Amino acid sequence: MNYHWNWRIFWDPSPDGMGTYMDTLWSGLQWTLATALTAWVMALVLGAIIGTIRTMPSRWAARLANGYVELFRNIPLLVQMFLWYFVMPELVPKEAGMWLKTLPNASFVTAVICLGFFTSSRVAVQVSAGINSLPRGQKMAGTALGLTLPQTYRYVLLPMAFRIIMPPLTSEFLNIIKNSSVALTIGLMELTARARSMQEFSFQVFEAFTAATLIYIAVNIIVVNLMRLLEKKIAIPGFITSGTTSAGGH
Amino acid sequence: MINFDFNVIERSWVYLFQTGMAFTLQLTAYAMIGGILIGTVLAMMRLSSIKAFSIAATSYVNLIRSMPLVLVIFWFYFLVPYIGAWIIGAHEPIKVGAFSSSLITFILFEAAYYCEIMRAGIQSIPRGQVWAGYALGMNYFQTMGNIVLPQAFRNMIPVLLTQTIVLFQDVSLVYVLSITDFVGAASKIAQRDGRLIEMYLFVAVVYFVMCFGLSLLVKQLQKKVAIIR
Repeated sequence: MNYHWNWRIFWDPSPDGMGTYMDTLWSGLQWTLATALTAWVMALVLGAIIGTIRTMPSRWAARLANGYVELFRNIPLLVQMFLWYFVMPELVPKEAGMWLKTLPNASFVTAVICLGFFTSSRVAVQVSAGINSLPRGQKMAGTALGLTLPQTYRYVLLPMAFRIIMPPLTSEFLNIIKNSSVALTIGLMELTARARSMQEFSFQVFEAFTAATLIYIAVNIIVVNLMRLLEKKIAIPGFITSGTTSAGGH
Repeated sequence: MINFDFNVIERSWVYLFQTGMAFTLQLTAYAMIGGILIGTVLAMMRLSSIKAFSIAATSYVNLIRSMPLVLVIFWFYFLVPYIGAWIIGAHEPIKVGAFSSSLITFILFEAAYYCEIMRAGIQSIPRGQVWAGYALGMNYFQTMGNIVLPQAFRNMIPVLLTQTIVLFQDVSLVYVLSITDFVGAASKIAQRDGRLIEMYLFVAVVYFVMCFGLSLLVKQLQKKVAIIR
């Protein structure tokens, strides 16, 4: 084994004009978090809507929502990235396409939209599982009190469901952080991409990837602990939420 | 609007499927087998009463699960030649082909996810069955091999297959190493002929049809293998 270790590489100036290699990675982390957080907001809103529709009494609405979920679940994330980045600007009218292509942060915007839709389908599944896990009586009690169906959802079912599905939502949030690395294929300079470019410039492969790995682990640990605090705070007394994350997935 | 030219698919579908899809399917199949085998061993280690085993397996699984697949692919792409050199005692990093490199990556990556599934499967078997095995004079491996694992495996077949569909989609990420899997082959043709739109739409449709079809099959299977208690 004749790999030349050089851990001081992080203090060397990097050719991308960011300062040191440490600054390069730091900027990558910021892009990763910005992408993941923005997309997460989008995924939560869309997921809540689609998840609710899936549990509606109307047959065709539920079927439409199921179609939405299947569409985003059965196409690889990488292919979805390409569709949003390369195909979408060509399918919309010409002016809109030009505008999309010349956006200052086109890859960031694309990555957020792509991850937002992709994750929203997973959130939707959790939301409707949460609503379905509530006793039937809750919905009946809501309507018996004179609430309309939208009001029952708004004031009774959704607040309960969201508190119940906190653990799976935590793992979906961890997934969106990890999945944001796929955006490097469309040119987003997030953490993995920065580690890769550091490796290309400095030839210090293992230092670059070790640093990126440690950062991902640190982010993971911080998110898990914050969510655990939040879960404790909002857990519904008397409802046993399964503390384990669902097996499988990404 | 632009004019579509779906001829490009007609011209290239043999290449796409013979080279690209064949690679993707082979990698998926081998990675599934290897991943489930190693994942089962990891699950047994995680549940072992020997501390060293359970700590080692738990840290491995947690490490892999907190990393994005793209980063893991890069890791192993650079690491495997060094590990290979270390194993055979060579002084230079050895050359490893694209297929074996990505196969090792996916086996070791997916093993962490299959491990969690198998662990849930093993834990779903009542403890009394293990005690009954020991009471009959069986040792750990006999109890595991004859009683616990067959049932755990059967219970978990739908989840294992669902994870395999995820794996099938994940294989597309070898694109970052410029390997000609299905997506890689399609993007090569797309760039050569300047037909990105038609090509990527075609790829999406093919993936959708295959994954959706497989997930319907898994749902059918789920009904069939469910043990009525």
